[in-house]
Amino acid sequence: MGSISRRFLVAGAGAAAVMARPGVRLVGSAAAASKLNIAWVYTGPVADMGYTFEHDEGRQAVQAHFGDAVQTHYVENVSEGPDCERVLRQLVESGDTMVFSTSFGFMNSVIRVARQFPDMKFEQATGYKTASNVAEYNLRFYEGRWVCGVVAGMLSKSGIAGYVAAYPIPEVIMGINAFTLAARSVNPAFRVKVIWINNWVDPGKEADAAKSLVDQGADILTDHMDSSAVMQMAEQRGILGFGQSADRSKIAPHAQLTAITDNWAPYYVKRVQAALDGSWTSGSVWLGMKEGMVKMAPYGPGMTPAAKAAADKAQAGIIDGSVQPFAGPIADQSGTMRVPAGTIMSDAEVLKMDWMVQGT
Amino acid sequence: MTVHVLVAALVTATTGATPLLLAALGETVAERAGVLNLGVEGMMLMGAVSAFIVTTETGSGILGLLAAMLAAAGIAALFGVLTLTLAANQVATGLAATIFGTGLSALLGARFVGKSVVPLPRLHLPVLSDIPVLGPLFLQQDGMVYLALAITAGLAWTMANTRAGMILRSVGESDTAAHALGHKVIGVRYAAVLFGGAMAGLGGAYLSLASTPMWIEGLTAGRGWIALALVVFGAWRPWRVLAGAYLFGGINVLQLYLQGAGFVAVPTQVLAMIPYLATIVVLMAMSSGGARRLQAPACLGKPFRPAN
Repeated sequence: MGSISRRFLVAGAGAAAVMARPGVRLVGSAAAASKLNIAWVYTGPVADMGYTFEHDEGRQAVQAHFGDAVQTHYVENVSEGPDCERVLRQLVESGDTMVFSTSFGFMNSVIRVARQFPDMKFEQATGYKTASNVAEYNLRFYEGRWVCGVVAGMLSKSGIAGYVAAYPIPEVIMGINAFTLAARSVNPAFRVKVIWINNWVDPGKEADAAKSLVDQGADILTDHMDSSAVMQMAEQRGILGFGQSADRSKIAPHAQLTAITDNWAPYYVKRVQAALDGSWTSGSVWLGMKEGMVKMAPYGPGMTPAAKAAADKAQAGIIDGSVQPFAGPIADQSGTMRVPAGTIMSDAEVLKMDWMVQGT
Repeated sequence: MTVHVLVAALVTATTGATPLLLAALGETVAERAGVLNLGVEGMMLMGAVSAFIVTTETGSGILGLLAAMLAAAGIAALFGVLTLTLAANQVATGLAATIFGTGLSALLGARFVGKSVVPLPRLHLPVLSDIPVLGPLFLQQDGMVYLALAITAGLAWTMANTRAGMILRSVGESDTAAHALGHKVIGVRYAAVLFGGAMAGLGGAYLSLASTPMWIEGLTAGRGWIALALVVFGAWRPWRVLAGAYLFGGINVLQLYLQGAGFVAVPTQVLAMIPYLATIVVLMAMSSGGARRLQAPACLGKPFRPAN
């Protein structure tokens, strides 16, 4: 009997890995042929107070801006992979004509489904593939990381920051690199300790990672995760940190120096307008502070006047182009020169970044 | 690593191990009675969300813990009705309980995302808690850590030395014999399943009240499944389960500290695999026949239908 129960246990755990997703919910109703039906597909819950929450703010801005001319709704907690393709087909069948899919892992599903439904308009956030009916859009989050790095360089006493990160993919790596380069532009001896969680959300592990970073000398924390556990730990330990994806000042009123916030609404409104007046075409855009889509949250109580001035200056520099986060010389962890002095990495190179800069 | 960092790492390891230990002890009792409840993850999530909601609304951590035990035991009761009274398949019902608990906790908790509560208080004895090394390790933890240790000792003793423990084990090893002796097999199993639920609820509450005082969908991030593996790893014995929980929690924290220290000789993914590899090794060792004493309860997963 023992062997049967064990087999059940293993089979059960496997099945559960596939099945035990948070409930996928379809909210709002499609149909109503006269309106433009638009769906948003999210990988997390809208209540995450972070990445997905900010996308949904953008969706609500579209609904408010166009009123009765559009019908928007969303599907949350969609897992990346086959499940996404099923959801996309379901949306097409229920009468949607425009879909915004907001996770990197949805890209291949979107490209496949888009090929079968040439009349549909797809918009894929954070990817690199496009098609005649698939546009790609992304934000230059790393510009915000640069501003945080400058502040960290000025305010850290130990000269060590802790960085809790999800996966070693270009999107995350470029943020760590921008943060590190900025901090070292202020304090050349600055070091950033990075811990990989290999998950987007695992608050328990994020908090443990944050603790271990503080125990090992970090006095400023930041993260690239989907929960606020790291900032909560910064608050508990009485140190400083930066929020990301959303303002964490409610969770960490003393710890948060500033936060990188996403503002997707301008892009969403513009693209829906184009779809309504028939001028929509595919494309690929990477927008940032200049377009007002990456913003810094109001400064927290831990900011000194000098740090505020430096942060303002860094933002102004990024907006007018005088600050280029990925301008050479840049060496990698092993000391090899990756970007020679006098050159600036192209967008294509930044999007493929798979090496960490010196100081990490 | 300096002594200071080592002590800090060990303290962090206890917070990682405690939710696993609480949930795994509960499941140990259920499985010892012959019931395989794969709903641990769902019950933990229900415990986590209920504890957080009640603590947010009332400001009382104790009420939060009680709510966690009740809510998770509620899921366990549902599981019990289906598998014990109606003799439904335990594996399928357990999976359903996890999926149900995951969804329901997300629904209940939606309004509470982004809020925070005061973490459960930590022990602080004058003078003693401030002894270097020993103080932080043994005398500065939160109450749940000590509670989990006390429950381990209590369970190990009860299962080995008392009549109630003997009845529990006999129901799991041979339900028909226990029935013939006049023991209420279904009743004992209900009690064990409800106990398992309450313990899983406590494990979830530990996450949402002590280690990360917050709520977010899927807060437990698979710890319920690790707890299930731990029961097997610990060969259905409380002290071994405790050792396993601290080992799993310890390895997890160790890999975080090693990353922070810039130690990259072993990929982090390999370290993260170790608990699962260890479970597989233990399973293989038990199946090889050399350790029959450590086999699963003979009636594990089998529905019991009294002859009349």
